[in-house]
Amino acid sequence: MALRMRKSVNFINRLLSSRIQSPGVLMQTHLASSRPNHCPILPASTTVPSLASQPALCSPHHLRLESTDAGRQSDCSNEIGDFDQKMDFPGGKIAFTSKMKFIPESLEERIHCYRVINEEGRPIAHSNLTEISEEVAVGMYTGMVTLQVMDTIFYEAQRQGRISFYVTTVGEEAINIASAAALTAHDLVFPQYREPGVLLWRGFTLQEFAHQLFGNQADYGKGRQMPVHYGSKKLNYFTVSSTIATQLPPAVGAAYSLKMDKQDACSITYFGDGGSSEGDFHAALNFAAVMEAPVIFICRNNGWAISTPSSDQFRSDGIAIRGQAYGVKSIRVDGNDAVAMYNTVCAAREMAINEQKPILIEAMTYRVGHHSTSDDSTKYRPADEIERWRTESDPVTRHRKWIESNGWWSRTAESELRSSVRQQLLHAIQVAEKVEKPSIADLFTDVYDVPPLNLQEQEKLIRETIKRHPQDYPKDVPV
Amino acid sequence: MAATFQGLGAAAALSLSGSFDPNRLHLPCRRSLSVTRLSFVVRLEERIVSGSNLPPRRAQQLVSKAVATKADAASASTASKPGHELLLFEALREGLEEEMDRDPQVCVMGEDVGHYGGSYKVTKGLADKFGDLRVLDTPIAENAFTGMGIGAAMTGLRPVVEGMNMGFLLLAFNQISNNCGMLHYTSGGQFKIPIVIRGPGGVGRQLGAEHSQRLESYFQSIPGIQMVACSTPYNAKGLMKAAIRSENPVILFEHVLLYNLKERIPDEEYVLNLEEAEMVRPGEHITILTYSRMRYHVMQAAKTLVNKGYDPEVIDIRSLKPFDLYTIGNSVKKTHRVLIVEECMRTGGIGASLTAAITENFHDYLDAPIMCLSSQDVPTPYAGTLENWTVVQPAQIVTAVEQLCQ
Repeated sequence: MALRMRKSVNFINRLLSSRIQSPGVLMQTHLASSRPNHCPILPASTTVPSLASQPALCSPHHLRLESTDAGRQSDCSNEIGDFDQKMDFPGGKIAFTSKMKFIPESLEERIHCYRVINEEGRPIAHSNLTEISEEVAVGMYTGMVTLQVMDTIFYEAQRQGRISFYVTTVGEEAINIASAAALTAHDLVFPQYREPGVLLWRGFTLQEFAHQLFGNQADYGKGRQMPVHYGSKKLNYFTVSSTIATQLPPAVGAAYSLKMDKQDACSITYFGDGGSSEGDFHAALNFAAVMEAPVIFICRNNGWAISTPSSDQFRSDGIAIRGQAYGVKSIRVDGNDAVAMYNTVCAAREMAINEQKPILIEAMTYRVGHHSTSDDSTKYRPADEIERWRTESDPVTRHRKWIESNGWWSRTAESELRSSVRQQLLHAIQVAEKVEKPSIADLFTDVYDVPPLNLQEQEKLIRETIKRHPQDYPKDVPV
Repeated sequence: MAATFQGLGAAAALSLSGSFDPNRLHLPCRRSLSVTRLSFVVRLEERIVSGSNLPPRRAQQLVSKAVATKADAASASTASKPGHELLLFEALREGLEEEMDRDPQVCVMGEDVGHYGGSYKVTKGLADKFGDLRVLDTPIAENAFTGMGIGAAMTGLRPVVEGMNMGFLLLAFNQISNNCGMLHYTSGGQFKIPIVIRGPGGVGRQLGAEHSQRLESYFQSIPGIQMVACSTPYNAKGLMKAAIRSENPVILFEHVLLYNLKERIPDEEYVLNLEEAEMVRPGEHITILTYSRMRYHVMQAAKTLVNKGYDPEVIDIRSLKPFDLYTIGNSVKKTHRVLIVEECMRTGGIGASLTAAITENFHDYLDAPIMCLSSQDVPTPYAGTLENWTVVQPAQIVTAVEQLCQ
């Protein structure tokens, strides 16, 4: 008996000593004298002295938290290895177990994916679709088609050398449009760079898109950012920054601002499977949970980060599983199902605002297009895999089949829509091409609210240089 | 000759008998700089307070009030209120509290700033007064709470982000450079970021290499941010208020060893100019440019120098980005010799940039090469004796002045 006791006591010692280092848990005994720094809970004697006589040890740094008496036990028992015993660690009560069990690195079954409409455009049994009205459903479809045509035309424009760079959203139209449809205009959007659909839904015109791509004077960014780095204050869409995941902490900050002002709005931020590896992801999720900030995190898990497949990006079960690690509610949803996305974001928004907490949504999808116009993805993935996803799981086709089955859409409407959008886009490109580029003065404004002396100097210097060597300066850019 | 000023508004022009010549101070336009402001100096004992007429866009109430030096605490002018004495960290807190009272959008975030009151007690008592949400305790992720501050600033708040030590802000460098510095520009002016990032830096007393960093040299290249360094309770409070009111992101550098400096500051409200340098001691022989803690080493060396017959002009540059080349230039034209004393490392420090700026702009006025005394390019050692040798000492300053003034 004594031997068995000693073994379990040693085990409990090790368990405890790995949890608590300092708050001077308890007394030394001769049994665990090999570890003078880590006091065992239970001595070898058959009677366990009451620990209620121990002085309460309160952490001075957690004055707002209750019950941080590290030394107190809820009940004393004679039997070693009693599973009812709980320890009041800083942060809450934890029950003990004498069964050493490592939590496996993955669950037996991956988190299920919420889906409402299948690839044939038919509702899955037992799903309720009553929330989506025809107006919203058709609106989402026209949005997705517009986005699709926009991507095609602008991609071709880049290939023709008319714009320098473009990033398509092929395969992720449903994530873009459906999530935007579930939000209000007051919700603040912090995009990565593959979410122009959200901006499109909110009212950014095709002409405004074209102006930004051409970086001309009508661009709200004044020609300072690369193409597809859209931004619009009036539509609450924060300017895209090329760096990955840097938008996540500001999204939490914006949510904190809404929380302070008690607004009926949330902030929403998007990132990819690759972005979830960044430190900012961890920091933002943790913060959002602690601050209880009304922010929705949407991960577009499209399987690829340029040439890195998600199997090389992380070993967890995707991103949805990480929510619980931070204390954040999460869900995995079929990102190519517009109805499921819409439902999910609606529910997430309500929870985020009413309960003031962050929500993590992992939208499963596939990046059908290349990473950008600087990439040829056939170099690192099989062309038939791309083709399969493009044809079989296309979110736009799926949604079209569904609204057609409801009698809300027709072939004529389809061809009319596509040709109309195409015409508008070609016109927009023509107009944008002709608008002048921003002048030299715009190089130095907005660095600060007012250009300081050193920038004024530098502007004079460059103007003098242009005057002296006009042949080295493009003729069509105003000075 | 003592003179005091009170409540200088933006349009006030004062005439002094024999203290200065405004024509002498006017900067001739070598590079067609349009200087719209008129600067004047007032002499009071050993302390100089400079005020200026600000261009209308920055019309702020400047109280160029005579502030007593530590030596004579009782010499405050009879015509003015006596003011109150406090320590530098209390001055920072006072400035912060006044701004939080004045504008409900001002909020504080950082590690242990709430009920703990901050590691250096700059935010003590604020959480009790303004609540847990406005004085926010954050988990340990500098990139996260700096990014959070930026996001909050973009949506209308005016956050004051505290880095427990400036060195930790290296973790936030990405957010500071890519988002803080750039977003106003890349969004075409749509989103502004009126954030203040502050914290203690500099070499302390045996804090080890990681806690003795001088981040001003790393941040100085980032376009879009402003940097200021405070050195006295008076300018600490004034710069804190100015930084909070500024529409640009401002990084306010405090020094670990200066938090307990005591000074008598005015009771009435005052805000300092972020881009202005401070004339600490006017002189004729040599211009000594310094900031933060080195100001005190320089003033100590100045005592020795005065005894030896030198007349150094000491300027606390305060504004690290952009430099106040106006004040500095006037001084260089007067003395023709420049010594820079800083705590940054030699390579790529503030002194290096300042040397370049002065050489470019005022080369013709220099009678001797600019000398820059800085810390060596080594991590700060823990051993006290070694640590002392990495920081510029008054003896070195005296030697350097003697060398320059030969």
